[in-house]
Amino acid sequence: MIMKDKQKEGISKKPLGIIYRWLGDRIFFTLAFALGLTIIVLSVSMAWVLSDESSLAFKEFGIGGFLTGTTWNPGVGLKFGALPFILGTMVTSVAALAIAFLPAIAIGIFIAEYAPKWIGSIIDNLIHLIAAIPSVVVGIWGIFAFAPWMRESVYIPVFNWTANNWPSLLPVLGNPMGYGIATATIILALMIIPFTTVLTRDAISKVPREQREAAWALGATRWEVIRMAVLPYARGGILAGVMLSFGRAIGETMAVAMLIGNKNTLPFTIIGPAATMPSVIINEFREAVGSLHVSSLMGIGLVLFVISLTVNLIAAYITRKLSATGGQLV
Amino acid sequence: MLKNKKLAGAVVSEKTNIPNKKIEENGLPGIRMESRDLTVKYGTVTGVKNISLPICNEKVTALIGPSGCGKTTFLRSLNRMHDITRNATVSGEVLLDGRNIYHPKVNPVDIRRKVGIIFQKPTPFPTMSIFNNVVAGLKLVGIKNKKLLNEVCERALKQAALFDEVKDRLNSPGGSLSGGQQQRLSIARALAIEPEVILMDEPTSSLDPQSSSKIEDLIHELKKNYAIVIVTHNLQQAGRVSDNTGFFYLGELVEFGETEKIYTNPANKRTEEYLTGKFG
Repeated sequence: MIMKDKQKEGISKKPLGIIYRWLGDRIFFTLAFALGLTIIVLSVSMAWVLSDESSLAFKEFGIGGFLTGTTWNPGVGLKFGALPFILGTMVTSVAALAIAFLPAIAIGIFIAEYAPKWIGSIIDNLIHLIAAIPSVVVGIWGIFAFAPWMRESVYIPVFNWTANNWPSLLPVLGNPMGYGIATATIILALMIIPFTTVLTRDAISKVPREQREAAWALGATRWEVIRMAVLPYARGGILAGVMLSFGRAIGETMAVAMLIGNKNTLPFTIIGPAATMPSVIINEFREAVGSLHVSSLMGIGLVLFVISLTVNLIAAYITRKLSATGGQLV
Repeated sequence: MLKNKKLAGAVVSEKTNIPNKKIEENGLPGIRMESRDLTVKYGTVTGVKNISLPICNEKVTALIGPSGCGKTTFLRSLNRMHDITRNATVSGEVLLDGRNIYHPKVNPVDIRRKVGIIFQKPTPFPTMSIFNNVVAGLKLVGIKNKKLLNEVCERALKQAALFDEVKDRLNSPGGSLSGGQQQRLSIARALAIEPEVILMDEPTSSLDPQSSSKIEDLIHELKKNYAIVIVTHNLQQAGRVSDNTGFFYLGELVEFGETEKIYTNPANKRTEEYLTGKFG
């Protein structure tokens, strides 16, 4: 009671101060709320514009028809099917992830667990540096250095060997022109290794010291400590990192568009050219004059949007799910 | 137990050829472990210096003292946990069954299997099942015999007074247990590899009173078969569970002796002041 009376006195004595504080609180709240709302409005309107603009293509070919259509012909016939690009994106991303997965996790474990501090920090800085190289720079390096080298020293010898020994495989192997699925996949893998590595290292460094010590105390060796205590505890973070890297691979545009050879028709071959969803958008948006062509590109954008969103949601789900059963000990 | 001890001892002497130093008589019977002039430094900072302290069979040795006095540092030197701490250096000797565990030819992994440790926070591996947690130490050395693992798991859980509570859900993850159960699971895991000495670093400080008293009962049971060293901030607890007590202050062992004597008639003024709550 006494406290309340005193508080009342305080309020009546300084009305201006109270109003000022109340006002500050309201202004800050409104500002924060408005900014938060902007994000929601932005993402919803983006999805809306994509679906609105692409509705023409979906109406013309049907949703199933657009997604499974194999012909993409803006010139004659005006037929647009997205399947080659969906396949191209999936094949390059999954293959890039398969290549990048183990090396990235191994590097992450090395930095976090094995490397002496100074070596660890050098590698760490280099990896951040690599991750910061603009995609178009990687692409131009790929065009003028990596792809020609791959053609001369890998694709052509392999092609010749196959032609001599196993000619029936040639249609699967494809043309050794240097620009194609294999080149794009390798470059993509190189580009996502830094991300997976950094996220793996972060997940590992969050494993509490007690968990490691518990394994040491049972007489585990260094590798056994990692296998027994560190990796199981960090698995949620590592998997989420892998999914996020996968998301990046799916959306990666410039380097892939520069190196994949840009062939819009199935079937794809191992070293021959292909196209992905981002690469067809970046290559054709300037020349898309017909409204059906624009609408079809928008449709591909929508598919890409939905796939990226799904991958990110799965990553978030994995993190939550695995850390829930993987109990955060108080 | 006995058979196992002999076996382990034989393996060490065979591997390392360390002369079997006899422990001199110093009035305390059944010495299992002993530190001699043990000093631990972190870089240039001294953690503990010149600690000489015996650890006896079938006795609980309590280490008490104010925060930062070096009790945990000393405890961790007893099973070479400092080997994994950056820039920690240990000098002096720790004898286990008369052999120096810091001899360059001794493998710290072997020592940690003979001297188990329980930490302040329960440390079950949260994603492993309860069963796999208990037998984790056995699986490390390649024991795969399902029947043997089952036997050991049941024995260790019973010794840790946890068996009845978890026997129907041995396959659920270790992280699903309550804090007190997790701590007993950690104890069961340490017991499963049949250590000779058990170190406990404030084993009840993160637990509620009921779980704490369960752990204390457990310590009473376990000391029939093991030499136990316990670090605790809780003076009542040290008084209740221990037979011998060592008082640490500023990195030195101020006084060591039978708990009853230390608590009723301490020889050192510092000890008395600490026990009566004048500092700490």
